[in-house]
Amino acid sequence: MQVQKLIEETLSSSFTIMYLDVANESHMHSVPANSETHFKVVLASPDFNGVRKVARHQQVYKVLDEAFQKGVHALALHIYTEDEWREQGGDSPSSPNCMGGSKGDSQ
Amino acid sequence: MDVMDTIKDQIESNGILLYMKGTPQAPQCGFSGKTVQSLMACGERFAFVNILENPEVREKLKEYSNWPTFPQLYVKGELVGGCDIVLEMYESGELKTLVQDAAKSSAES
Repeated sequence: MQVQKLIEETLSSSFTIMYLDVANESHMHSVPANSETHFKVVLASPDFNGVRKVARHQQVYKVLDEAFQKGVHALALHIYTEDEWREQGGDSPSSPNCMGGSKGDSQ
Repeated sequence: MDVMDTIKDQIESNGILLYMKGTPQAPQCGFSGKTVQSLMACGERFAFVNILENPEVREKLKEYSNWPTFPQLYVKGELVGGCDIVLEMYESGELKTLVQDAAKSSAES
């Protein structure tokens, strides 16, 4: 299965989804064309009410273990509760560009 | 020393510690670069480990923290988060309060 699809399906089945967007940002990095290594996930779910940021990320990393085994290298995570998502008007920060450090990893 | 013990020792003995790719002067990854910029803007001294030069620490830290990516910021022995969380906290002013507080308590001890 495509890694992007795997991420989408795993998250959809693991959390109550209010908003989910999985973007492949590998083209922004020093990896071969059509790679599936760098992703950005924007996720809004009532499951994160009262959960600290660090624990939210850990929950997502835990369910996405298979994607990491399949070569995911970077995952930008923007995880919101329903209220936070409404408050900030459905927008998420953009990811930084590559500075070359993953060159060695893909060899 | 076992790698896990090395990690514990690093995290316990440095009030503010950043595991990153490259160095604060020459970050090797955009996520590490943005994180270290935010941290430096808070104006406190911090320790860092370049995980590109410490492959064993790099592998074991992922297990230690249940966190598979870098950078990872630790303050007072606790994982604060990676790039996304640190940037959000920097923008809200929380990061500055947190690291100033940590710098103060390590100066006292």
